[in-house]
Amino acid sequence: MNSTHPKPGRLLHLDNVTIRFGGLTAVSSVSASLGENELTGLIGPNGAGKTTVFNMITGVYAPTEGAIHFENRPVTGLKPFAITERGIARTFQNIRLFPSLSVFDNVRVAFHLHVTQSTAHSLTRGRKFRAEEREIIDRTRALLDIFQLTRVQDEPAKSLPYGDQRRLEIVRALATRPKLLLLDEPAAGMNPAEKVELMKLIRFIREKFRLSILLVEHDMKVVMGICERIHVLEYGRKIAEGTPAEIRQHPAVVAAYLGKEVNH
Amino acid sequence: MLPRSQIVLLISLATAGFISAFSSRIDDYILDVVLGIGINIILAVSLNLINGFTGQFSLGHAGFMAVGAYAAGTLTTGPGKAWIAASGISPAVLFPFVLLAGGLAAAVVGLAVGAPSLRLKGDYLAIVTLGFGEIIKVILQNIESLGGSRGMVGIPSYTTFFWSFGAAAITIYAAWALVNSTLGCGFLAVADDEIAAEAMGLNTTRYKIIAFVTGAFFAGIAGGLYAHLKGYISPAGFDFNRSIEIVIMVILGGMGRHVGVVIAAVLLTVLSEKLRDFGDKRMIVYSALLILLMLARPQGLFTWKSARKAIAG
Repeated sequence: MNSTHPKPGRLLHLDNVTIRFGGLTAVSSVSASLGENELTGLIGPNGAGKTTVFNMITGVYAPTEGAIHFENRPVTGLKPFAITERGIARTFQNIRLFPSLSVFDNVRVAFHLHVTQSTAHSLTRGRKFRAEEREIIDRTRALLDIFQLTRVQDEPAKSLPYGDQRRLEIVRALATRPKLLLLDEPAAGMNPAEKVELMKLIRFIREKFRLSILLVEHDMKVVMGICERIHVLEYGRKIAEGTPAEIRQHPAVVAAYLGKEVNH
Repeated sequence: MLPRSQIVLLISLATAGFISAFSSRIDDYILDVVLGIGINIILAVSLNLINGFTGQFSLGHAGFMAVGAYAAGTLTTGPGKAWIAASGISPAVLFPFVLLAGGLAAAVVGLAVGAPSLRLKGDYLAIVTLGFGEIIKVILQNIESLGGSRGMVGIPSYTTFFWSFGAAAITIYAAWALVNSTLGCGFLAVADDEIAAEAMGLNTTRYKIIAFVTGAFFAGIAGGLYAHLKGYISPAGFDFNRSIEIVIMVILGGMGRHVGVVIAAVLLTVLSEKLRDFGDKRMIVYSALLILLMLARPQGLFTWKSARKAIAG
């Protein structure tokens, strides 16, 4: 696992990634990789460093050591917007929409990565500019339609109910046309029925948009229910990796979640 | 076929030209106030691009206005006068280019001020621009060739109804067009949530700089118009109070609203004219107005739509 070269054919590859904040090592030489069209979960007890790993992949933090490759190109230390340009989109644990913008514009703005016209063209508003704008508006409509948000498209995003806000955040991330979608605790604050809906939604997105999904989640039912592979972190170290069935029986994972048996 | 927004712009320009042809029939004092309204619309709309749409807080708009006013004044009155005379072209014909030069000078200064400070998040921009406004004032006071603290006198009155309101129409169009596009939604997104905007792939620093430099450019144009309206400019005329007046127009109109800010610019220009007898005490009225407004309608007086919406066209 100590190779410095990413494995071929892997979409995302973390190679011995470490980050220290002063004297604290939050994440310690974590290696992991993700394939195309894979649904992967990242779990661990509170404070295990899951969100920190997330933040390193999305460029919020630069790792102190180690490298991150996406489609076999290094993305370590790039700014968040540059990483999104490469094809990694994310949602936030505590939903971050553009609250005063309409639902429609929340999604429309995310299409900007695929705009060929420049800012200056919005002043001249030529034929090409208008054609492209119309196309983006159509694509935004189509996307909102798929996720049943058309009805509320003119409402400010902040006025939506919680579940719709979560859905809108995912739709907005999809509008950047990512190859990898990172979901940070999407089930947080949801009731059991909403969680079932969410699982359906995540599966649907993977099929429909043919992308890979990495999920950070607390809720075991959700993770075990939909992920094909699971990585487990504890105290900033990776303690296990495998299928849900393997993880359920992994002694280190059981110990991390339930505590070790005491030997008398 | 032109898009509707450009047709509206052309009609506005034609109307401004038409009214301008009859402006000699308007009372001199009224005309002076009316042309001042046009200039304040430019200032308010351009500041709205920075403070309203992009959510950055600039307190130095009068500084950019000063740069534009002095740059334009230098060309028609100051050291640049001889240079223009040598070209043999009538200065009145060159006036739009003089204004453009004032705008560009302000834009360059805007880039120099904005590029380092807009990388920071939070209220740094307010502090930097506040300092910038004062620095510009002090610099101008100490350049003897531009009149020092006595100011620049004898600037020809080239500002007509057409130039004042034509430039206002172009400013409104530019601000509207910039925001109303898929890329333009980015300005609103930066104002709403910078971290989410970065996560959507928006280069937030770039957006902030575009808004800031464009705003400075139009403030420079307004400065040039102001210089050639009043015939006299002095550094003291572009002080902190002037910046605050423009900020109040934007807040009163509703940050990030096109129509509201234009209405606010008109109303406040008239109001400040009515309060002229009170001299500096009108700032007290202004402050009281602002406090009342923040208590009663923090979203601005002239806001009526629920979602800020960008439309195509």
